[in-house]
Amino acid sequence: MHPVSTGAARRLRSVLRLQEIPLRLELRGITKRFGDLVANDHIDLTVEPGEVHALLGENGAGKSTLMNQLYGLLQPDEGEIVVDGEARTFRSPRDAIAAGIGMVHQHFMLVPVFTVAENIALGAEKTKAGFLDRRRARREVLEVSERYGLPVDPDALVENLPVGAQQRVEIVKALTRDVDLLILDEPTAVLTPQETEELLAVMRGLCDAGKSIVFITHKLKEVKAIADRITVIRRGRTVGTASPGTAEDELAALMVGRAVTLEVDKTPAEPGREVLTISGLAVADDRGVRAVDDVDLVVRAGEVLGIAGVQGNGQTELVEAVMGLRTPLAGSITVDNEDLIRMSTKQILRSGIGYVPEDRSLDGVVKEFSVAENLVLDQYDRPPYGNAFRLDPAAVDKSARERVEQFDIRTSSPDSAVGTLSGGNQQKVVVAREMSRPLRLFIASQPTRGVDVGSIEFIHGRIVHERDVGTAVLVVSSELDEVVALADRIAVMYRGKILAIVPPDTPREELGLLMAGITDSTRPASDAGDPAAEKGTE
Amino acid sequence: MTTDGPVGAPGKDADETAAETAPAATPAAKEPGSDDSFMAHFLHNLWSANTVTVTVLSIVLATIVGAVLIVVSDPDVLHTFSYFTARPSDALTASWDLISGAYADLFKGAIVDPATVSAWADGSGTWRQVFFPISETLTYAAPLAFTGLSVAIAFRGGLFNIGGQGQAVLGTIIAALAGFALPLPPVLHLIAALLAGLIGGAVWGFIPGILKARTGAHEVIVSIMLNYTATLFLGWLILQKGVQQPGRSDAISKTVDGSAQLPSFGGELRANLGIVLAVLATIGVAWLLNRSAFGFELRAVGANSHAARTAGISVAKTYTLLMVVAGGLAGLGGATQVLGTAYALTPQVAGNIGFDGLLVALLGRNRPWGTLGAALLFGALRAGGNRMQSYTGISLELVTVLQALIVIFIAAPALVKAIFRLRAARSARLGASIAKGW
Repeated sequence: MHPVSTGAARRLRSVLRLQEIPLRLELRGITKRFGDLVANDHIDLTVEPGEVHALLGENGAGKSTLMNQLYGLLQPDEGEIVVDGEARTFRSPRDAIAAGIGMVHQHFMLVPVFTVAENIALGAEKTKAGFLDRRRARREVLEVSERYGLPVDPDALVENLPVGAQQRVEIVKALTRDVDLLILDEPTAVLTPQETEELLAVMRGLCDAGKSIVFITHKLKEVKAIADRITVIRRGRTVGTASPGTAEDELAALMVGRAVTLEVDKTPAEPGREVLTISGLAVADDRGVRAVDDVDLVVRAGEVLGIAGVQGNGQTELVEAVMGLRTPLAGSITVDNEDLIRMSTKQILRSGIGYVPEDRSLDGVVKEFSVAENLVLDQYDRPPYGNAFRLDPAAVDKSARERVEQFDIRTSSPDSAVGTLSGGNQQKVVVAREMSRPLRLFIASQPTRGVDVGSIEFIHGRIVHERDVGTAVLVVSSELDEVVALADRIAVMYRGKILAIVPPDTPREELGLLMAGITDSTRPASDAGDPAAEKGTE
Repeated sequence: MTTDGPVGAPGKDADETAAETAPAATPAAKEPGSDDSFMAHFLHNLWSANTVTVTVLSIVLATIVGAVLIVVSDPDVLHTFSYFTARPSDALTASWDLISGAYADLFKGAIVDPATVSAWADGSGTWRQVFFPISETLTYAAPLAFTGLSVAIAFRGGLFNIGGQGQAVLGTIIAALAGFALPLPPVLHLIAALLAGLIGGAVWGFIPGILKARTGAHEVIVSIMLNYTATLFLGWLILQKGVQQPGRSDAISKTVDGSAQLPSFGGELRANLGIVLAVLATIGVAWLLNRSAFGFELRAVGANSHAARTAGISVAKTYTLLMVVAGGLAGLGGATQVLGTAYALTPQVAGNIGFDGLLVALLGRNRPWGTLGAALLFGALRAGGNRMQSYTGISLELVTVLQALIVIFIAAPALVKAIFRLRAARSARLGASIAKGW
């Protein structure tokens, strides 16, 4: 494309601060092997200037491996990376950045105790007489954040920022390095629906400014909302390209390699006796702030109660209080009239309550432990797996083989460490563990966070099955789609309170308003009960 | 390094599971190509930087560096290097003689001296002389195995038991007191004295354990302080009436009754029941870690205390009990020291066994059998070092330097890999993470 070498052109550009020259990227036949595993098998990908190119694929499909090669973290075994018509080799991220390619990782690479400006300067410190030129760093941050409409406070400490803002810092950091192509690795996995909206707007703005974006994700809705073109990767191979107009079912089928049902298939609930009864519950969070405030809830046998709400409105604390992981300030929690508050977590789990925690890698599994060990993590000292003194490895192994089969856990062996499994399969291990005993109550927090489409379908199916056999089910999710799909009744939680309990066929707009804390009583009196006015407030 | 034994799925070693850590889990079979010859396969495994290779090569590297130090510290040999260009053979021969002599003495002092074997064969020597070196090695190894196991098991539960020294000292004190103060019949007396040592160490482990569990006080800080407390308590106690050896003015206690001493081969063969107990303790710790409910709990807490708590495991209870067990092991180490070789309390009776236990556990990668192996190696170095000092005149401190070098190389697997240009280092990275944990 350019007769001049890209490196020289880029240098010139950065020196002269010329108008953005968009960058065209081509990956040709990229192949990467890890031992016998072919992580990337002759992948071709072209990113045109100014486009959002979505890279869609399940966990473990090879998306991150591909991008790590593009960003110089890994070197391809075969194939070439072509930037503006010139084949390039990236030995490190420094080379990639010099060629105009930046990356925002799924797990942020920020120093929590540094300010935003310090974090952005880190790695490319401009010094004055040997000292960090703070003023200049601040100015750069403000300039970039102004230019691309990315509000960040250069003096804020990163540890005090919400996740969405930290991600903006990462994006600003990449932009200050004068990159023209930005790789976003699963950027929405950690964001609330609102923050996701903001991010998509930012991405749109960057493209309008001439940057191109590679957007790695497995969330179909976002892809359809933002992408100009979609490349689908499955098991290390490109299996197709699609336009954003493609139906979700079709994209999902491409990703998973078979038809998937995105709707949850279920019959109307037949609620029975009251199983979980919560009344007047108040719980403090880690900082001592009252995160759950005077909550009353009832979950009946044979129904799914969904708790909808933006993350951080007390759902975590509510569930942890039920599980005995947090001591309530006030109120009562009973299951079939047994008081749970006086019981230990072990006793609660033993009394027929299953629990899928929201943070899988922190609370759900022990990554160093084998699949078999994780499958008995809360049952190891009960028959048939063992007793208070000894374990029975044969029984643990036998049951593990059954669970792996029954719950379709994709692992080379029950003895593999859980950390080697994909997120979806790790979650299946947790679900299998918690559903492998007779339950009265099943509690699942964010049951499908970071889980691929195929596994979501499976986990949802198991949850509905559990309901159908008469278990009371409590599902907490910040994904409204998930709550609507699973729940028979939806409780909307906002700032520690249950604002309303509504049926699942409640219009989305109404649920959205409730999640934002707007109820009939908080609206102006004249608007109450007037659907037209309700629309008007949006 | 040895694995923890033929255990089932729950006893899977982290080493082995880490080796399976492929970038993504695929059901793809990992069979080696069938046309690979056994030798090629063997060589490949050898040069892959697994923990065994790194451990062995660390020992090799340490002996090489040690050889340089031996030469540098000998003025006569050093002198031959001053005219190296004129007659290099002098310097090389002198160096070789010195180094080979030193390491030969190390071997003869630790394993077996061929001269004593031939002497025994022609009747001029006794079998006791043949087994003397190995007896010395086992004598030194036994207490180290206990303190090493103490550190290793605590580490598997996510605790850094730097208090092994204090726990061992308490073990020596209580075991010795039971040994000379309790009037008990032979077998019973020994059991009582060993139990006393175990309890002494367990109490000293319980204190940091309960403080950690209840208040979050860091076990490292608390147990370091308890090390001082234990040592100073020992120094005070020895001089008290009823403890001090009658008729002596220096710091030495009464001698442990014969009925409470660990039976040995007698005479110069000091090897005693302690090493047998150490092997039994290793079996016990391996069983505890891999087959017991408590072992499952402590490994879960050590690997991810959040997940363990969520699964209903009491982290506080596990920490407390773990420190009691670790303390008890270190206490037994102290007991074998005083009941097996020292027979009386002195201010230095526990030597450095608690701190050496840290190194032994590190060398053994916190695995029970690995730790026992490391204790035997350290015991051998110590026994061989004694002979090296008396025959070749090389200071015993060289052994300490060798031990330190081995541990440094183990703690820096990347260095060993770089020196030997080893391949794929997945398990070595695990080593690095263990080292980082320290």
